[in-house]
Amino acid sequence: MTKIDRGVRYPVSFRLNGELVHGYAENRLLLSDFLRHEVGATGTHVGCEHGICGACTILVNGLPVRSCLMLAVQVEDCDVQTIEGLAFADGSFNELQSAFNQRFAAQCGYCTPGILMTLQHLKNQNRDFSEEEIRDALGGHICRCTGYREIIDAAMDVMGADSRQTDD
Amino acid sequence: MKPPPFDYHRAQTQDEAVNILMEHGSDVRVMAGGQSLMAMLNMRLTQPKILLDISGIPELNYQTESSNYLSFGAGVTQAQALNNARVVNEVPLLGQALPYVGHMQTRNRGTICGSICHADPSSEIPLVLATLGGEIVVRSETGQRVIPIQDFQIGLMTSARRPDELVVSARFPVARPEQRFSFTEIARRHGDFAIVAIASCCDGKTTRIGVGGVADTPAVREWPRLESDQIDDALNELAWDLGGYDDIHASARYRRELIRKLGRDQIERIQNDQD
Repeated sequence: MTKIDRGVRYPVSFRLNGELVHGYAENRLLLSDFLRHEVGATGTHVGCEHGICGACTILVNGLPVRSCLMLAVQVEDCDVQTIEGLAFADGSFNELQSAFNQRFAAQCGYCTPGILMTLQHLKNQNRDFSEEEIRDALGGHICRCTGYREIIDAAMDVMGADSRQTDD
Repeated sequence: MKPPPFDYHRAQTQDEAVNILMEHGSDVRVMAGGQSLMAMLNMRLTQPKILLDISGIPELNYQTESSNYLSFGAGVTQAQALNNARVVNEVPLLGQALPYVGHMQTRNRGTICGSICHADPSSEIPLVLATLGGEIVVRSETGQRVIPIQDFQIGLMTSARRPDELVVSARFPVARPEQRFSFTEIARRHGDFAIVAIASCCDGKTTRIGVGGVADTPAVREWPRLESDQIDDALNELAWDLGGYDDIHASARYRRELIRKLGRDQIERIQNDQD
Protein backbone atom coordinates (compact mmCIF):
# COMPACT_ATOMS: atom_id res chain seq x y z
CA MET A 1 0.00 0.00 0.00
CA THR A 2 1.27 3.43 -0.93
CA LYS A 3 -0.39 6.32 0.85
CA ILE A 4 0.20 9.95 -0.12
CA ASP A 5 -1.52 12.51 2.08
CA ARG A 6 -2.99 15.70 0.70
CA GLY A 7 -0.63 18.63 0.36
CA VAL A 8 2.55 16.51 0.54
CA ARG A 9 5.04 16.83 -2.30
CA TYR A 10 5.97 13.27 -3.16
CA PRO A 11 9.07 12.23 -5.14
CA VAL A 12 8.32 10.74 -8.56
CA SER A 13 10.93 9.09 -10.79
CA PHE A 14 10.28 7.88 -14.34
CA ARG A 15 11.92 7.70 -17.74
CA LEU A 16 11.05 10.59 -20.03
CA ASN A 17 12.10 10.02 -23.64
CA GLY A 18 14.75 7.60 -22.44
CA GLU A 19 16.20 9.75 -19.68
CA LEU A 20 15.63 9.22 -15.99
CA VAL A 21 13.73 12.15 -14.51
CA HIS A 22 13.07 12.98 -10.86
CA GLY A 23 10.47 15.44 -9.70
CA TYR A 24 8.09 16.23 -6.88
CA ALA A 25 4.32 16.17 -7.19
CA GLU A 26 1.34 16.54 -4.92
CA ASN A 27 -0.93 13.53 -5.23
CA ARG A 28 -3.57 15.49 -7.16
CA LEU A 29 -1.20 17.03 -9.72
CA LEU A 30 -2.15 15.92 -13.22
CA LEU A 31 0.54 14.25 -15.29
CA SER A 32 0.08 16.88 -17.99
CA ASP A 33 0.71 19.72 -15.52
CA PHE A 34 3.60 17.80 -13.95
CA LEU A 35 5.31 17.47 -17.34
CA ARG A 36 4.75 21.11 -18.21
CA HIS A 37 5.31 22.91 -14.93
CA GLU A 38 7.54 20.63 -12.86
CA VAL A 39 9.66 18.89 -15.50
CA GLY A 40 9.57 21.78 -17.99
CA ALA A 41 8.56 19.60 -20.94
CA THR A 42 6.06 22.07 -22.36
CA GLY A 43 5.67 20.33 -25.71
CA THR A 44 2.67 18.44 -24.34
CA HIS A 45 -0.32 20.74 -24.64
CA VAL A 46 -3.50 20.80 -22.59
CA GLY A 47 -6.84 21.63 -24.15
CA CYS A 48 -10.05 20.44 -22.54
CA GLU A 49 -8.49 18.68 -19.52
CA HIS A 50 -11.23 16.09 -19.38
CA GLY A 51 -10.11 13.60 -22.00
CA ILE A 52 -12.08 14.74 -25.03
CA CYS A 53 -9.73 16.81 -27.19
CA GLY A 54 -6.61 14.65 -27.33
CA ALA A 55 -4.07 17.50 -27.27
CA CYS A 56 -2.31 16.09 -24.18
CA THR A 57 -1.89 12.56 -25.56
CA ILE A 58 1.47 10.97 -24.70
CA LEU A 59 2.80 7.41 -24.65
CA VAL A 60 3.01 5.67 -21.26
CA ASN A 61 4.77 2.31 -21.48
CA GLY A 62 4.28 2.52 -25.24
CA LEU A 63 0.53 3.14 -25.24
CA PRO A 64 -1.16 6.44 -26.10
CA VAL A 65 -3.07 7.87 -23.12
CA ARG A 66 -4.50 11.20 -22.03
CA SER A 67 -1.98 12.81 -19.69
CA CYS A 68 -4.77 15.04 -18.28
CA LEU A 69 -6.57 11.92 -17.00
CA MET A 70 -3.58 10.54 -15.11
CA LEU A 71 -1.95 11.65 -11.93
CA ALA A 72 1.76 12.38 -11.91
CA VAL A 73 2.24 9.89 -9.07
CA GLN A 74 0.89 7.12 -11.32
CA VAL A 75 3.89 7.19 -13.70
CA GLU A 76 6.38 6.17 -11.01
CA ASP A 77 8.87 3.83 -12.78
CA CYS A 78 7.02 4.13 -16.10
CA ASP A 79 8.46 4.82 -19.54
CA VAL A 80 6.96 8.07 -20.83
CA GLN A 81 7.36 9.43 -24.34
CA THR A 82 6.37 12.94 -25.36
CA ILE A 83 6.69 15.11 -28.43
CA GLU A 84 10.16 16.20 -27.26
CA GLY A 85 11.42 12.68 -27.95
CA LEU A 86 10.38 12.44 -31.60
CA ALA A 87 13.05 14.49 -33.38
CA PHE A 88 16.56 13.10 -33.92
CA ALA A 89 19.35 14.10 -31.56
CA ASP A 90 20.56 16.79 -33.97
CA GLY A 91 17.11 18.37 -33.91
CA SER A 92 16.07 17.25 -37.39
CA PHE A 93 12.52 15.97 -37.87
CA ASN A 94 11.65 12.30 -37.78
CA GLU A 95 9.66 10.80 -40.63
CA LEU A 96 6.23 11.72 -39.27
CA GLN A 97 7.25 15.27 -38.42
CA SER A 98 8.75 15.69 -41.90
CA ALA A 99 5.54 14.44 -43.49
CA PHE A 100 3.53 16.94 -41.40
CA ASN A 101 5.90 19.66 -42.57
CA GLN A 102 5.64 18.60 -46.23
CA ARG A 103 1.87 18.30 -46.15
CA PHE A 104 1.27 21.46 -44.12
CA ALA A 105 -0.54 19.31 -41.58
CA ALA A 106 -0.15 21.81 -38.75
CA GLN A 107 -1.74 25.23 -38.76
CA CYS A 108 -1.85 26.71 -35.27
CA GLY A 109 -0.10 23.57 -34.02
CA TYR A 110 -1.88 23.35 -30.69
CA CYS A 111 -3.31 19.85 -31.24
CA THR A 112 -0.28 18.59 -33.17
CA PRO A 113 1.82 17.10 -30.32
CA GLY A 114 -1.04 14.82 -29.27
CA ILE A 115 -1.80 13.78 -32.83
CA LEU A 116 1.86 13.02 -33.52
CA MET A 117 2.08 10.83 -30.40
CA THR A 118 -0.95 8.78 -31.46
CA LEU A 119 0.50 8.40 -34.96
CA GLN A 120 3.92 7.53 -33.53
CA HIS A 121 2.24 4.68 -31.65
CA LEU A 122 0.88 3.36 -34.96
CA LYS A 123 4.28 3.85 -36.58
CA ASN A 124 5.94 1.86 -33.79
CA GLN A 125 3.89 -1.16 -34.84
CA ASN A 126 5.91 -1.34 -38.08
CA ARG A 127 3.12 -2.09 -40.49
CA ASP A 128 0.96 -0.31 -43.02
CA PHE A 129 -2.40 1.12 -42.02
CA SER A 130 -5.53 1.70 -44.06
CA GLU A 131 -6.98 5.18 -44.17
CA GLU A 132 -9.89 3.87 -42.13
CA GLU A 133 -7.57 2.70 -39.36
CA ILE A 134 -5.76 6.03 -39.33
CA ARG A 135 -9.04 7.92 -39.22
CA ASP A 136 -10.22 5.71 -36.35
CA ALA A 137 -7.04 6.41 -34.34
CA LEU A 138 -7.32 10.13 -35.06
CA GLY A 139 -10.97 10.05 -33.96
CA GLY A 140 -9.66 10.71 -30.47
CA HIS A 141 -8.25 14.10 -31.49
CA ILE A 142 -9.87 17.41 -32.27
CA CYS A 143 -8.23 19.96 -34.58
CA ARG A 144 -10.12 23.24 -34.75
CA CYS A 145 -8.13 24.56 -37.72
CA THR A 146 -9.72 21.55 -39.46
CA GLY A 147 -6.55 20.40 -41.13
CA TYR A 148 -7.80 16.84 -40.98
CA ARG A 149 -7.30 16.15 -44.69
CA GLU A 150 -3.67 17.25 -44.51
CA ILE A 151 -3.10 15.31 -41.27
CA ILE A 152 -4.45 12.12 -42.80
CA ASP A 153 -2.43 12.67 -45.98
CA ALA A 154 0.75 13.09 -43.93
CA ALA A 155 0.05 9.92 -41.96
CA MET A 156 -0.74 8.01 -45.16
CA ASP A 157 2.56 9.17 -46.71
CA VAL A 158 4.46 7.53 -43.88
CA MET A 159 2.52 4.35 -43.20
CA GLY A 160 -0.50 4.23 -45.47
CA ALA A 161 -1.54 1.15 -47.39
CA ASP A 162 -2.56 2.04 -50.95
CA SER A 163 -6.22 2.57 -50.22
CA ARG A 164 -6.61 6.30 -50.11
CA GLN A 165 -10.17 7.55 -50.10
CA THR A 166 -11.31 10.98 -51.12
CA ASP A 167 -13.57 13.23 -49.13
CA ASP A 168 -16.15 13.64 -51.88
CA MET B 1 -4.32 22.18 -9.64
CA LYS B 2 -7.55 21.00 -11.17
CA PRO B 3 -8.68 18.17 -8.85
CA PRO B 4 -9.76 18.99 -5.28
CA PRO B 5 -7.50 17.80 -2.41
CA PHE B 6 -7.73 14.16 -1.38
CA ASP B 7 -5.61 11.50 0.30
CA TYR B 8 -4.33 9.03 -2.25
CA HIS B 9 -4.07 5.31 -1.53
CA ARG B 10 -2.60 2.90 -4.05
CA ALA B 11 -3.51 -0.69 -3.21
CA GLN B 12 -1.27 -3.58 -4.25
CA THR B 13 -3.72 -6.32 -3.26
CA GLN B 14 -7.50 -6.81 -3.14
CA ASP B 15 -7.32 -7.18 0.64
CA GLU B 16 -5.68 -3.78 1.02
CA ALA B 17 -8.37 -2.17 -1.12
CA VAL B 18 -11.18 -3.89 0.79
CA ASN B 19 -9.66 -2.79 4.11
CA ILE B 20 -9.65 0.85 3.02
CA LEU B 21 -13.29 0.57 1.96
CA MET B 22 -14.27 -1.09 5.22
CA GLU B 23 -12.58 1.61 7.24
CA HIS B 24 -13.63 4.69 5.24
CA GLY B 25 -16.72 3.60 3.26
CA SER B 26 -18.45 6.42 1.45
CA ASP B 27 -15.50 8.81 1.94
CA VAL B 28 -13.67 6.78 -0.73
CA ARG B 29 -13.87 6.93 -4.51
CA VAL B 30 -12.38 3.89 -6.21
CA MET B 31 -10.36 4.58 -9.34
CA ALA B 32 -9.33 1.91 -11.85
CA GLY B 33 -8.59 3.53 -15.23
CA GLY B 34 -9.89 6.93 -14.16
CA GLN B 35 -11.20 7.83 -17.61
CA SER B 36 -14.48 9.09 -16.15
CA LEU B 37 -13.47 9.76 -12.56
CA MET B 38 -10.41 11.88 -13.39
CA ALA B 39 -12.56 14.06 -15.65
CA MET B 40 -15.08 14.44 -12.81
CA LEU B 41 -12.29 15.32 -10.38
CA ASN B 42 -10.87 17.84 -12.85
CA MET B 43 -14.27 19.52 -13.01
CA ARG B 44 -14.68 19.09 -9.24
CA LEU B 45 -17.96 17.27 -9.71
CA THR B 46 -16.82 14.89 -7.00
CA GLN B 47 -14.69 15.69 -3.94
CA PRO B 48 -13.76 12.43 -2.21
CA LYS B 49 -11.75 12.43 1.01
CA ILE B 50 -9.81 9.42 -0.25
CA LEU B 51 -8.94 8.34 -3.78
CA LEU B 52 -8.30 4.60 -3.86
CA ASP B 53 -6.25 3.60 -6.91
CA ILE B 54 -6.77 -0.08 -7.79
CA SER B 55 -5.07 0.05 -11.19
CA GLY B 56 -1.90 -1.56 -9.85
CA ILE B 57 -3.43 -4.68 -8.31
CA PRO B 58 -2.01 -7.61 -10.33
CA GLU B 59 -4.58 -10.13 -9.06
CA LEU B 60 -7.43 -8.10 -10.61
CA ASN B 61 -5.95 -8.23 -14.10
CA TYR B 62 -7.40 -11.45 -15.52
CA GLN B 63 -9.78 -12.57 -18.25
CA THR B 64 -10.93 -16.12 -17.55
CA GLU B 65 -13.73 -18.41 -18.59
CA SER B 66 -15.70 -20.37 -16.04
CA SER B 67 -19.19 -21.90 -15.96
CA ASN B 68 -20.44 -20.27 -19.17
CA TYR B 69 -19.12 -16.83 -18.26
CA LEU B 70 -16.15 -14.84 -19.46
CA SER B 71 -14.99 -12.95 -16.36
CA PHE B 72 -13.08 -9.69 -16.44
CA GLY B 73 -11.19 -8.67 -13.33
CA ALA B 74 -11.53 -5.05 -12.26
CA GLY B 75 -8.08 -4.21 -13.63
CA VAL B 76 -8.74 -5.29 -17.23
CA THR B 77 -8.70 -2.36 -19.63
CA GLN B 78 -11.09 -1.99 -22.53
CA ALA B 79 -8.09 -2.24 -24.90
CA GLN B 80 -6.98 -5.54 -23.33
CA ALA B 81 -10.48 -6.95 -23.80
CA LEU B 82 -10.68 -5.70 -27.38
CA ASN B 83 -7.34 -7.36 -28.16
CA ASN B 84 -8.45 -10.67 -26.64
CA ALA B 85 -9.56 -12.98 -29.47
CA ARG B 86 -11.78 -14.88 -27.02
CA VAL B 87 -13.90 -11.80 -26.47
CA VAL B 88 -14.71 -11.56 -30.17
CA ASN B 89 -15.45 -15.29 -30.38
CA GLU B 90 -17.18 -15.92 -27.08
CA VAL B 91 -18.89 -12.63 -26.24
CA PRO B 92 -19.34 -11.18 -29.74
CA LEU B 93 -21.74 -8.47 -28.57
CA LEU B 94 -19.00 -7.04 -26.35
CA GLY B 95 -16.52 -7.34 -29.21
CA GLN B 96 -18.87 -5.32 -31.41
CA ALA B 97 -19.54 -2.68 -28.75
CA LEU B 98 -15.97 -2.01 -27.54
CA PRO B 99 -14.83 -0.02 -30.60
CA TYR B 100 -17.61 2.48 -29.74
CA VAL B 101 -16.30 2.94 -26.18
CA GLY B 102 -14.41 6.24 -26.06
CA HIS B 103 -11.29 6.40 -28.21
CA MET B 104 -8.24 4.20 -28.60
CA GLN B 105 -6.38 6.55 -26.24
CA THR B 106 -8.98 6.27 -23.45
CA ARG B 107 -9.51 2.51 -23.93
CA ASN B 108 -5.84 2.02 -23.05
CA ARG B 109 -6.67 2.99 -19.47
CA GLY B 110 -10.43 2.75 -19.08
CA THR B 111 -11.59 -0.57 -17.65
CA ILE B 112 -14.54 -2.88 -18.31
CA CYS B 113 -15.62 -2.90 -14.66
CA GLY B 114 -14.99 0.81 -14.15
CA SER B 115 -17.40 1.68 -16.93
CA ILE B 116 -20.04 -0.56 -15.37
CA CYS B 117 -19.54 0.99 -11.90
CA HIS B 118 -19.74 4.51 -13.34
CA ALA B 119 -23.22 3.52 -14.58
CA ASP B 120 -23.63 6.25 -17.16
CA PRO B 121 -26.97 5.60 -18.89
CA SER B 122 -25.42 6.04 -22.34
CA SER B 123 -22.41 3.75 -21.77
CA GLU B 124 -21.94 0.78 -24.03
CA ILE B 125 -20.44 -1.77 -21.65
CA PRO B 126 -23.25 -1.69 -19.03
CA LEU B 127 -25.74 -1.95 -21.91
CA VAL B 128 -24.02 -5.08 -23.25
CA LEU B 129 -23.91 -6.66 -19.79
CA ALA B 130 -27.59 -5.85 -19.22
CA THR B 131 -28.65 -7.21 -22.60
CA LEU B 132 -26.76 -10.45 -22.02
CA GLY B 133 -27.93 -10.79 -18.41
CA GLY B 134 -24.50 -10.87 -16.81
CA GLU B 135 -23.35 -10.53 -13.22
CA ILE B 136 -21.13 -8.36 -11.04
CA VAL B 137 -18.99 -9.81 -8.26
CA VAL B 138 -18.31 -7.58 -5.26
CA ARG B 139 -16.13 -8.23 -2.22
CA SER B 140 -16.19 -6.80 1.25
CA GLU B 141 -14.73 -7.64 4.62
CA THR B 142 -17.58 -10.11 5.18
CA GLY B 143 -17.10 -11.97 1.91
CA GLN B 144 -18.19 -12.04 -1.67
CA ARG B 145 -21.59 -11.58 -3.28
CA VAL B 146 -22.79 -11.89 -6.85
CA ILE B 147 -25.26 -9.28 -8.13
CA PRO B 148 -27.28 -9.85 -11.31
CA ILE B 149 -26.79 -6.84 -13.55
CA GLN B 150 -30.47 -5.87 -13.49
CA ASP B 151 -30.13 -5.40 -9.71
CA PHE B 152 -26.76 -3.65 -9.98
CA GLN B 153 -27.43 -0.54 -12.02
CA ILE B 154 -30.33 0.97 -10.12
CA GLY B 155 -30.37 4.52 -11.46
CA LEU B 156 -28.54 7.36 -13.12
CA MET B 157 -24.87 6.81 -12.21
CA THR B 158 -26.03 4.80 -9.21
CA SER B 159 -25.25 1.18 -8.47
CA ALA B 160 -26.16 -1.31 -5.77
CA ARG B 161 -22.54 -1.52 -4.62
CA ARG B 162 -22.40 -0.75 -0.91
CA PRO B 163 -19.77 1.78 0.20
CA ASP B 164 -17.72 -0.97 1.86
CA GLU B 165 -17.69 -3.16 -1.23
CA LEU B 166 -15.14 -3.45 -4.04
CA VAL B 167 -16.28 -4.58 -7.49
CA VAL B 168 -13.79 -7.32 -8.35
CA SER B 169 -15.13 -8.70 -11.63
CA ALA B 170 -17.85 -8.64 -14.26
CA ARG B 171 -19.18 -11.88 -15.77
CA PHE B 172 -20.39 -11.85 -19.37
CA PRO B 173 -22.39 -14.91 -20.52
CA VAL B 174 -20.66 -16.81 -23.34
CA ALA B 175 -22.67 -16.86 -26.58
CA ARG B 176 -24.56 -20.01 -27.50
CA PRO B 177 -24.19 -21.25 -31.11
CA GLU B 178 -27.78 -20.35 -32.09
CA GLN B 179 -27.50 -16.75 -30.88
CA ARG B 180 -26.86 -13.78 -33.17
CA PHE B 181 -25.88 -10.32 -31.94
CA SER B 182 -25.73 -6.79 -33.17
CA PHE B 183 -24.61 -3.48 -31.69
CA THR B 184 -24.90 0.03 -33.04
CA GLU B 185 -25.20 3.58 -31.80
CA ILE B 186 -25.66 7.14 -32.93
CA ALA B 187 -23.34 9.79 -31.47
CA ARG B 188 -22.28 13.25 -32.59
CA ARG B 189 -18.76 11.93 -33.15
CA HIS B 190 -17.59 8.32 -33.10
CA GLY B 191 -16.48 7.61 -29.53
CA ASP B 192 -18.55 10.34 -27.92
CA PHE B 193 -21.44 9.59 -25.59
CA ALA B 194 -24.19 7.76 -27.43
CA ILE B 195 -27.45 9.59 -28.06
CA VAL B 196 -29.03 6.17 -28.45
CA ALA B 197 -27.25 2.80 -28.38
CA ILE B 198 -28.96 -0.45 -29.32
CA ALA B 199 -27.79 -3.98 -28.55
CA SER B 200 -29.78 -6.91 -29.86
CA CYS B 201 -29.73 -10.64 -29.45
CA CYS B 202 -31.84 -13.27 -31.24
CA ASP B 203 -31.74 -17.03 -30.78
CA GLY B 204 -34.47 -18.15 -33.17
CA LYS B 205 -37.12 -18.39 -30.45
CA THR B 206 -36.81 -14.97 -28.85
CA THR B 207 -35.95 -11.42 -29.86
CA ARG B 208 -34.21 -9.32 -27.23
CA ILE B 209 -33.14 -5.70 -27.42
CA GLY B 210 -31.26 -3.43 -25.04
CA VAL B 211 -31.51 0.35 -25.31
CA GLY B 212 -29.02 2.80 -23.82
CA GLY B 213 -29.14 6.60 -23.68
CA VAL B 214 -32.92 6.91 -23.35
CA ALA B 215 -33.80 5.90 -19.78
CA ASP B 216 -31.76 6.28 -16.56
CA THR B 217 -30.46 2.72 -16.91
CA PRO B 218 -30.08 0.32 -19.83
CA ALA B 219 -33.56 -0.96 -20.74
CA VAL B 220 -33.87 -4.57 -21.87
CA ARG B 221 -36.99 -6.06 -23.47
CA GLU B 222 -37.56 -9.59 -24.73
CA TRP B 223 -40.36 -10.92 -26.93
CA PRO B 224 -41.09 -14.29 -28.48
CA ARG B 225 -39.41 -14.10 -31.89
CA LEU B 226 -40.79 -11.00 -33.64
CA GLU B 227 -41.91 -11.58 -37.19
CA SER B 228 -41.34 -8.85 -39.73
CA ASP B 229 -44.87 -7.40 -39.41
CA GLN B 230 -44.66 -7.30 -35.58
CA ILE B 231 -41.35 -5.44 -35.21
CA ASP B 232 -42.64 -1.89 -35.74
CA ASP B 233 -45.43 -2.19 -33.17
CA ALA B 234 -43.18 -3.80 -30.58
CA LEU B 235 -40.48 -1.15 -30.97
CA ASN B 236 -43.00 1.68 -31.00
CA GLU B 237 -44.41 0.48 -27.71
CA LEU B 238 -40.91 0.18 -26.25
CA ALA B 239 -40.01 3.70 -27.45
CA TRP B 240 -43.07 5.20 -25.75
CA ASP B 241 -42.48 3.17 -22.58
CA LEU B 242 -38.97 4.59 -22.27
CA GLY B 243 -40.06 8.08 -23.24
CA GLY B 244 -36.66 9.68 -23.61
CA TYR B 245 -35.68 13.24 -22.74
CA ASP B 246 -34.68 16.46 -24.48
CA ASP B 247 -31.13 17.76 -24.14
CA ILE B 248 -28.70 19.76 -26.26
CA HIS B 249 -27.78 16.67 -28.29
CA ALA B 250 -31.21 15.42 -29.28
CA SER B 251 -34.93 15.66 -28.59
CA ALA B 252 -36.95 12.96 -26.88
CA ARG B 253 -38.81 12.47 -30.15
CA TYR B 254 -35.55 11.87 -32.05
CA ARG B 255 -34.46 9.35 -29.43
CA ARG B 256 -37.72 7.43 -29.78
CA GLU B 257 -37.35 7.49 -33.55
CA LEU B 258 -33.83 6.03 -33.28
CA ILE B 259 -35.19 3.14 -31.22
CA ARG B 260 -37.71 2.38 -33.96
CA LYS B 261 -35.34 2.73 -36.90
CA LEU B 262 -32.08 1.30 -35.51
CA GLY B 263 -33.99 -1.42 -33.68
CA ARG B 264 -35.77 -2.56 -36.81
CA ASP B 265 -32.57 -2.57 -38.92
CA GLN B 266 -30.75 -4.67 -36.38
CA ILE B 267 -33.47 -7.16 -35.59
CA GLU B 268 -34.14 -7.82 -39.27
CA ARG B 269 -30.48 -8.18 -40.09
CA ILE B 270 -29.64 -10.69 -37.40
CA GLN B 271 -32.87 -12.66 -37.81
CA ASN B 272 -32.29 -12.90 -41.55
CA ASP B 273 -28.74 -14.01 -40.85
CA GLN B 274 -30.19 -16.78 -38.70
CA ASP B 275 -32.69 -18.05 -41.26
